[in-house]
Amino acid sequence: MSYINKPRFHHPQLPTNEIGLTRRDYEGTLTTLCGGCGHDSISAAIIQAAADMSLEPHRVAKVSGIGCSSKIPSYFLSKSHGFNSVHGRMPSVATGANLANKDLYYIGISGDGDSASIGLGQFCHIVRRRINMLYMVANNGTYGLTKGQLSATADLGSKTKTGEESLYDNIDLATLAIELGASFVARSFSGDKQQLVPLIQAGLSHKGFAFIDVVSPCVTFNNTDFSTHGYKNTWENHIALSAVDFVPMRQEITTSYEAGAEKEITLHDGSVIHLHKTGNNYQPYDKENALHHINAYKKEGRIATGLLYIDPSMSDLHEVLDTVDKPFNTLSNHELCPGNEVLMGINETFR
Amino acid sequence: MNSTDIADPNYFHKVVDCQWACPAHTPVPEYIRLIAEKRYTDAYMINWHSNVFPGILGRTCDRPCEPACRRVRVEEQPVAICRLKRVAADYKSDVKNLLPEIPKKKNGKHIALIGAGPASLTVARDLLPLGYEITLFERDKLSGGAMRTQIPRFRLPAEVLEEELHYILDMGINCRFGEEVTSMKALLAEPYDAIFVGTGAPVGKSLDLPGHEEAAENIHTGIEWLASVAFEHIDKIGKRVLVLGGGNTAMDCCRTSKRLGGEEVSVVVRSGFDEMKASPWEIEDAMNEDIPVLNFHVPKRYLVEDGKLVAMEFEKVRKEYDENGRRLLIPTGEDPVILPCDDVICAIGQDNSFPWIERDIGIEFDKWELPELDKKTFRSSHEKVYFGGDAALGPDNIITAVAHGHDAALSIHLQCLGQDIHERPDPLTTLASQKMGIHQWSYDNDISSDVRYAVPHAAKEQTLNDLSMEVELGFDPELAFGETMRCLNCDVQTVFSGPLCIECDACVDICPTDCITFTENGEEEDLRQRLMAPAENKEQDIYVADGLKTNRIMAKNEDLCLHCGLCAERCPTNAWDMQKYLFNTAKAVNA
Repeated sequence: MSYINKPRFHHPQLPTNEIGLTRRDYEGTLTTLCGGCGHDSISAAIIQAAADMSLEPHRVAKVSGIGCSSKIPSYFLSKSHGFNSVHGRMPSVATGANLANKDLYYIGISGDGDSASIGLGQFCHIVRRRINMLYMVANNGTYGLTKGQLSATADLGSKTKTGEESLYDNIDLATLAIELGASFVARSFSGDKQQLVPLIQAGLSHKGFAFIDVVSPCVTFNNTDFSTHGYKNTWENHIALSAVDFVPMRQEITTSYEAGAEKEITLHDGSVIHLHKTGNNYQPYDKENALHHINAYKKEGRIATGLLYIDPSMSDLHEVLDTVDKPFNTLSNHELCPGNEVLMGINETFR
Repeated sequence: MNSTDIADPNYFHKVVDCQWACPAHTPVPEYIRLIAEKRYTDAYMINWHSNVFPGILGRTCDRPCEPACRRVRVEEQPVAICRLKRVAADYKSDVKNLLPEIPKKKNGKHIALIGAGPASLTVARDLLPLGYEITLFERDKLSGGAMRTQIPRFRLPAEVLEEELHYILDMGINCRFGEEVTSMKALLAEPYDAIFVGTGAPVGKSLDLPGHEEAAENIHTGIEWLASVAFEHIDKIGKRVLVLGGGNTAMDCCRTSKRLGGEEVSVVVRSGFDEMKASPWEIEDAMNEDIPVLNFHVPKRYLVEDGKLVAMEFEKVRKEYDENGRRLLIPTGEDPVILPCDDVICAIGQDNSFPWIERDIGIEFDKWELPELDKKTFRSSHEKVYFGGDAALGPDNIITAVAHGHDAALSIHLQCLGQDIHERPDPLTTLASQKMGIHQWSYDNDISSDVRYAVPHAAKEQTLNDLSMEVELGFDPELAFGETMRCLNCDVQTVFSGPLCIECDACVDICPTDCITFTENGEEEDLRQRLMAPAENKEQDIYVADGLKTNRIMAKNEDLCLHCGLCAERCPTNAWDMQKYLFNTAKAVNA
């Protein structure tokens, strides 16, 4: 009677992707979040993105910390790898995992508490170290799991459900990521999958640290008319600086995109991002310009979304460290141990 | 698209595919839920009020509801609606105290019904509780019409038939059985306030081919032969029997033959196997009794030796289509096929016949010799004369006859009240929320993914030796419960309120069948392609609601909705609610 599993029946014309899976095959367990939580829409967007890209589930690793946000890896890609780590420490786990096996797609899921408060230090360092991953923050400006206190991303003057006003300016994780050297930074809104899904696909295909700050309203504790992170304010005030279409590498480009398509960006794996004109004449290649626009809209009480900044040529951690081509976890003893003769040679140099 | 008018009684009715497809519009999901709760008597009474003969129909109905069942569109097989109806009849307790009371004081109106089949009996059932006096004429000595004469007892046991006939006959009908009405003119001269003709389509077609005259003794017409078996005038048939025709009557003829001494019984049809008119399950039952079906055999002549039928000659044909897409049967040129036989049963159709209705008394007939009728009121061109069942629109089925009976009874009642019979009362509908708690509904929304349960059959060795032994054993309560859990509860409607919606997408994300889309409005054609999954089944509506803050619309494809209620469970603002829509057609009692 109560709380049933999602029926397994699906739309008979639900498309199968290149590896024979439907979108339903990328689902996870049924969500336990509040009905209407933006985080569920993020799960749905990841499911859609992974299905559209024909990702093989076993080639994906999901990592998260603590919080409502960090629960969501349970709700998508149940056939992928996963690690639910300590509060704010997902970046360490992600770094370790990526060092051990650089061939997987890494999806880090965090929240504003996990990344902007307890884990802010970890966040800064994973950006700086350019781990090749997609790092998403489900940002609702509140500590939902502890019933609605102001979080570090709550805007100045925004109020909690009980009327407490934020006395401090917010930490904007997107501008922070740009400052610290992330090579792909975007912002989106959980309610706008048309924007979010291609950004997730682009972020997964991008080589290097890709960051998406997703405004994801807390329907229970921070969805009032006087919250800047509620559905009402976000629907009214999010403005796309760029509109993105994503074409996966495998898909042959047969149709020419509409005349409005302004710019193509080819990613490392051969996928292509099409940037469309939005009337903002926004160029996402210049850090200074990006920061200027984001802050200018913020002053007007508006939320700049879309692809904010990209540098497809920047090297990732493994390139910086010049590691071997094979993932570390596949190296054999033979490859790791140079043998007695070489060791003797090295020792000889110290004599 | 314009916003959907959910106040239109037909809108949500159409979503309940089974009920919409049922000629009598029986509230199917409602009684299936009652069966799941083991409330068999309540389930039976819902049926009884709507289709009058639940035990009979639970065994014999043509089941237009089942191909319509939404389950077919998300998996392979519909819910076994018909056989669940039988469960209600099989396991109910005594219902006599639940039947309507018949007023002792009559209303002074007197109605004559001709033919004691399902249509007339439905009229009687609807009018007797209102104080009408009813006189029922039947040329046979027993009532039931086609239900008695054309459906063999191994499909419909006598006690089931008698029980349900008597619920009506015992209401106090002036029965004139064994009395054939020979003149409508004479009947009209009697002081009846209205006359209802429910005489069926009583004349079987025969096949007049060379040799017919000599072999006539061994050539039978299907419905007449079945009637003779039912009345025990016939109790045997030859060892080799050919049944011509591919309808349900042919299936009953061949299976009856097997039980009356037929050893080699074959069904022979002119066209292809897949063009046979019989219900698939009846063909299956016949073939399970080792009765082959020979297709593309066109009968040419009866072969007679020493004045006795010995075989039939057939021409083999194949199917082709002409440029207009019409199916043609082209002779293959092979040698004719000779099938030896002792008896031939022609089950190739039946006709209406009204030799007893004079053509100069104001009842007009069309070129097919069918009465000219208003298809809503079932009144003929004579203001006192109504038709229903096969007599009205040609051969159809029991449930259609029942539906006609209800409509005609309503017309007769309106006429007797002195009202316009075209002003029909509105259907009786209710729409009520089923919410009990955050994740609790008054109905079981956890749909079973089981495949359709098969109805157990008695052993062939036994049933083939006993003309009156019922073949189907029916579901036991456990199997029935499993089958009820397959019902999608399509009458529990998803009702949406735009102004309450905060556009969080929770419903879109959870919907298992991608029914829900929030998008910009557009023309229906365009919108159908822009939904989460394309909505290509044009027979199913798109539920459109506006009032959203972003000025988008909510568009829900009704086609594949599982009515699981997850949209409403996930909705944080109660913009979605699951509301049960009960729909009952207005009957005479509601006028």
